[in-house]
Amino acid sequence: MRIVVNGEAVEVPEEQAGRKLVDFLREDLDLTGTKVGCGIGMCGTCTVLVDDQVKRACLLTLGTVQGRRVTTIEGLTPRNGSLHPVQQAFVDAGAIQCGFCTPGMVLAAWGLLLRNPRPTRAQVREALKGNLCRCTGYRQIVDAVMEASRRLADAPADRTKEEGDPNGTAA
Amino acid sequence: MAVTGREKAWRNDAVAKVTGRARYADDLKVPGMLHAVPVYTDFVHAALRAIRTEEALACPGVVRVLTAADVPGTCRWGQIRKDLRMLADDRIRYPGDVVAVVVARTRAEAIAAASRVQVEADPLPEVLDPEEALREGAPLLHPEYGDNCVVHHRVRRGDHENPLADAEEVIEAEFETPFIEHGYLEPESALAVPRPDGVMEVCGSMQHPFSTRRFVAALLGVPLMDVEVRSVAMGGGFGGKDDTAAVVCARAALAAHLTGRPVKMTYQREWSIRESYKRHPYRLRYRLGMGRDGRIRGAEVRIVADAGACCSVTPWVTWRSTVQCCGPYRVPNVRADVLGAYTNRVFTGAMRGFGSPQVNFAVEQLIEMAGERVGLDPVEVRERNLLRQGDVTVTGQVLDRHVVSLGEVMRLALRDSDYRAKRDRCSRGDPSRRPWYGIGFAISYRGMSLGAEGTDATSAILNVQPDGSVLVEAAVHENGQGCESAMLILAAEELGLPLHRLRYRQPSTSNIPDGGTTVASRATLMGGGAVVLAARDLKARMAEVLAPDLGCDPGEVRFRDGHLAGPDGRGIPFDEAARRMYQRQQFPHAFGVFRAPRVTWDEETGQGDAYFTWVYGCQVAEVEVDPDRGHIRLLDLWAVHDCGRAVNPQMLLGQFYGGMAMGSGYALLEEVAHEGGRIVSLNFHRYRIPRATDLPDFHARVVEHPDPLSPSGAKGVGEPTNELAAPAIANAVYAATGRRFTRLPLRLEAGR
Repeated sequence: MRIVVNGEAVEVPEEQAGRKLVDFLREDLDLTGTKVGCGIGMCGTCTVLVDDQVKRACLLTLGTVQGRRVTTIEGLTPRNGSLHPVQQAFVDAGAIQCGFCTPGMVLAAWGLLLRNPRPTRAQVREALKGNLCRCTGYRQIVDAVMEASRRLADAPADRTKEEGDPNGTAA
Repeated sequence: MAVTGREKAWRNDAVAKVTGRARYADDLKVPGMLHAVPVYTDFVHAALRAIRTEEALACPGVVRVLTAADVPGTCRWGQIRKDLRMLADDRIRYPGDVVAVVVARTRAEAIAAASRVQVEADPLPEVLDPEEALREGAPLLHPEYGDNCVVHHRVRRGDHENPLADAEEVIEAEFETPFIEHGYLEPESALAVPRPDGVMEVCGSMQHPFSTRRFVAALLGVPLMDVEVRSVAMGGGFGGKDDTAAVVCARAALAAHLTGRPVKMTYQREWSIRESYKRHPYRLRYRLGMGRDGRIRGAEVRIVADAGACCSVTPWVTWRSTVQCCGPYRVPNVRADVLGAYTNRVFTGAMRGFGSPQVNFAVEQLIEMAGERVGLDPVEVRERNLLRQGDVTVTGQVLDRHVVSLGEVMRLALRDSDYRAKRDRCSRGDPSRRPWYGIGFAISYRGMSLGAEGTDATSAILNVQPDGSVLVEAAVHENGQGCESAMLILAAEELGLPLHRLRYRQPSTSNIPDGGTTVASRATLMGGGAVVLAARDLKARMAEVLAPDLGCDPGEVRFRDGHLAGPDGRGIPFDEAARRMYQRQQFPHAFGVFRAPRVTWDEETGQGDAYFTWVYGCQVAEVEVDPDRGHIRLLDLWAVHDCGRAVNPQMLLGQFYGGMAMGSGYALLEEVAHEGGRIVSLNFHRYRIPRATDLPDFHARVVEHPDPLSPSGAKGVGEPTNELAAPAIANAVYAATGRRFTRLPLRLEAGR
């Protein structure tokens, strides 16, 4: 069984098909940017992208992502030491406090911008409602997503090449 | 000056966190690491007879099963009373009591074996109501203390025998608030590593490394020097990563001690909510005496707090409630009694706000009820009674050592929110209108830092390296709010250096003195104070050594723009200055201590200068109420707080918004649901914290009156922002519905 994680093919033994994706990411691949806050899909700290769709890694088994592209926060982060535009906007907007929700928030925000590049504030809130944050009151997180949306719209078309693949999923 | 939020945000850990590289306790791995999990029982109150571990021990992968019998030190600890059981050793006092710890090769194996531990116990009568618990003859939770009363604070002021004697109107009301879960997104986690030198090293998701060290050392029966507690990134605390988090660290350390191997103990959300302490539920009874002139004559107050199964910091939480029991008003005659009682429910302790959200919920409605009785609107009744410069609090403290900005913040918040114009639109339960609209507000004052509740001093170390880069550390803890960044900004300002020349080093409990931690909104005030004093000391030392190079007196040396500068414009770059210091055998290293100015307290009369300084705030809420569906929607929330000085404006605003969000949850959503002594809202599907769609875009304004007693000028902000939303929303709901709601969370029955 094969899964593409952050652009790299990973072989998984068939007998692990029932194992939770989040445990595999954290324990076997040491991708600890994916967090566990509730284990029942209510908090969003384990958010990953599966074929660019926003998913909860605590609710997925390895079997369900067989053959698919899984993107974690580590995969979204450009390898040249810079930040993805959504990450940079989170930093600039002061959207980070304890940081435990942050990787999931960033991925949920990127998932939104992939399908709706110019969302309204209300649409941002709707898209992030599955991601809890207890620190920020969401205000600066929404600011960050709006800013990321503006910057991506203003960016030259080849920007993604300069900064690495912002999707982080190119195999 | 108002901070408008234009400034770019800065924090030292932003990149680590936004890339997922920041390591939280459960992200750490050590070779040979074992996994530990707690074992609970279904009992609410029972005397332990036997704990049988054989079956669990025989399960695959299990290495050890620990009980109280294995403890080399003591199971019993606590910050005030030593009545918290790190492992149950005589009774089970609530369903979160842990009877055993299963240690296995993998977490899954440990979890599988935990259900095989068998406990025999004899049920005891359950005490589930704090007022019942205080009655004569109630079953005792901790018989050694003689009764269930954990604490009884008093305020006796003026004619306290008959505080309502002068009153022309008496307003009576009773209020009730629920258990609240902190809801930090990272559940408790600890990693304990037995070091070859005999030291037990502990990393954990905890906010009080020094208290954690005391818990660990007590359980292991070792001196403090044999335990080193290190900080790692922490996924939220809000006051909640103190006692329980320390106990989780202690249990991991015990398992590591007994197996000789590293042990990780990470909690599931259900265990966290079941076991960890909560915000205290309060019952508050007030009789407020008014004159027809709209001035408060006196107050009778009785507050009973549910302490749950052990004391924890109930005496401190309720002490703040006592000091602030009459809100930010002049009240000449007061008799207040504030009690905490043991019950067989989850224990209660520190949570952001610490005894003020409950009191404010009551007082800020009561003042409006009193105003209405004598024909004054919510603004006017407050204007006539609020504390002004030089006024005396109900504990006899004269507020004259800082700017008393209560009236100012209230007027600014009312102006920002356009309160007066919007007030005329309030529905007041008009049956011809749907949906209903209301606007309301609340004000508060808050004593800063610990006050007379404890020793209040902390320290910081500035260590300039030979290349002129600077390491900064302080004994307060990064809870996620950005206090490390605040320390760095303050040090950079004092030394005249750009931020990239400084780095924060997280201290361990072994290299900096025990200076308390980040509680009571004290990190920037106390830790920042110590950093500023350390920087001033460092500058004096460097000036002393290097003034001759600049041809001036030490007192003339200025630190700015990365240089030490003399009066004639000559300068030495800071890195060169550092090099010369080492060359001359003078270490550019400083240790700063900030001791809180003196406070006083008389426990019998409840009189004294309770806190060395105070902050002031106001929040205004707008709501829409759908009476048919029984639904309350928060339309807008405005906050104005005086926090002395904005050190890091964007992070400061983050404290505003986060506190406002938590306060909104308190008003509208949150309650730890119990069935008898058992919590049933054990995860976020039943315990609703605010989501992005529950909240509007909050508005915040910072007022800065630098505090003369704070070396940096800054005070605190974490808690004040979380103590006003609930009463502001309750007052807005009153304006919308014409009905007073005296219980939290606010619940309308549909169709009324």
